[in-house]
Amino acid sequence: MFDAIENWMQGFGWLPDGLITFSVIMLKIVLLLAPLMTAVAYLTYAERKVIGMMQVRLGPNRVGLFGYRIWGLGQPLADAVKLMFKEIIVPSGANKGLFLFAPVLAMAPALAAWAVVPFGSEMVIADVNASLLYVLALTSIGVYGIIIAGWASNSKYPFISAMRAAAQIVSYEIAMGFALVGVILAAGSLNLGQIVAGQEGGILSWYWLPLLPLFVIYFISGVAETNRAPFDVAEGESEIVAGFHVEYSGMPFAVFFLAEYANMILISLLAALMFLGGWLSPFQGVPVLGDTFLGQDSILWLFAKTSIFLFLYLWFRATFPRYRYDQIMRLGWKVFIPITIVWLLVVALMVLAGWL
Amino acid sequence: MNAMVQFLKSLTLKELRSGMGVTGRYFFGKKFTVQYPEERAPQSPRFRGLHAQRRYPNGEERCIACKLCEVICPAMAIDIESEQRADGTRRTTRYDIDLTKCIFCGYCEEACPVDAIVETRIYEYHGEQRGDLLMTKEKLLAVGDKYEAQIAADRAADAKYR
Repeated sequence: MFDAIENWMQGFGWLPDGLITFSVIMLKIVLLLAPLMTAVAYLTYAERKVIGMMQVRLGPNRVGLFGYRIWGLGQPLADAVKLMFKEIIVPSGANKGLFLFAPVLAMAPALAAWAVVPFGSEMVIADVNASLLYVLALTSIGVYGIIIAGWASNSKYPFISAMRAAAQIVSYEIAMGFALVGVILAAGSLNLGQIVAGQEGGILSWYWLPLLPLFVIYFISGVAETNRAPFDVAEGESEIVAGFHVEYSGMPFAVFFLAEYANMILISLLAALMFLGGWLSPFQGVPVLGDTFLGQDSILWLFAKTSIFLFLYLWFRATFPRYRYDQIMRLGWKVFIPITIVWLLVVALMVLAGWL
Repeated sequence: MNAMVQFLKSLTLKELRSGMGVTGRYFFGKKFTVQYPEERAPQSPRFRGLHAQRRYPNGEERCIACKLCEVICPAMAIDIESEQRADGTRRTTRYDIDLTKCIFCGYCEEACPVDAIVETRIYEYHGEQRGDLLMTKEKLLAVGDKYEAQIAADRAADAKYR
């Protein structure tokens, strides 16, 4: 499709090559980000609905579209409009530049990481060789937005929140990194597309089984990495009001929100890619089902697997109370890191024995 | 041995999984939400909503200006002034309840010896101007006249417990 557009633009003859490449890339970015932002908006709706239902409530069901009350599906649009028209208040004691820069710094890596995420064997904006490393690096940069927001607010709760976020990220980054090293060992590649390709061959050959402890640890660290319940000490409504975004209002606040949810989707998608075989069909090689459309590799499988993890995020939030701060540290340093190191050894032996 | 079992339980996230089981069950359970404008929660005959003043069946107002309600009102929301009427009975010339002060405790109703001041089931009312929520004698009597059937039925239903 993109080749066709490129050919069509070259057909004019007078357009410079650089401009053609640029506009094709821009088109790809728009095609990625527009659905992503919609997904983020509706993830907030899903969150309210799922948590509501787990608390024996109904969740939002009033705001409809075009006069129809379709289970409240208009709610995210109403929220977006509301946030856009709210006043942006900069506290007088805040460092204005950094205060307004912080949400951008939280948002930019959350979106930039999507550049290397593959949605199919050919569907990727940038097919980078070390894409896993790139994703790991960018998801870690996101915390600077939180730290700077906390510091620039010049207010005590945001500052506490920034300290907490920094310490939490440091302790979970390592466990997460080790969990990914296991994947790299098993796949023998840093490229996300090749990691998926290495899992070819039905549900039992996906990495979730041989790397089960790493899989669990990766997802739990991912929850901690995105500051979601039960690891939301940086936000901690009951302790420090809203943490780093106490002083934010209107659109800057919404940008933090978007970044958090975009990160949630990213972590879920990566978990699906690295441990659940991405776009591979679970019925591959199964006699009858494998021959139908269910046996085909498709982006729908990827989305279905991603939504399992997104649902788990919401399920966690509806179930668990917030970890105490020192318990979070203990879990990261004294439980996850030893387990990952031990299992790395096991994975290495499995690779050596030729089982993977 | 015990410590070993404990260790394995925590390693396999047993408690966390059973916690998720609880929320998972409720996810599919029946929801208790009452969708307010369309559905309403059931009301007791003792419901304490908007106030009303009642009349006897012959049209005479019940209130005899004894001021017991004014005395007992913990929020001091009631103001009464009284005078002797031409026929020699004592009647109120002013009977105000400030709904912005009222805490809907129902003591005025309890104190009233002639069941003149009552609280009705009405809870959906509003004021658009300052003073709209100051219930004067006329407004209270009007509420009483309008809902007398319901008020009388509620008193009758509750009578045997009093």
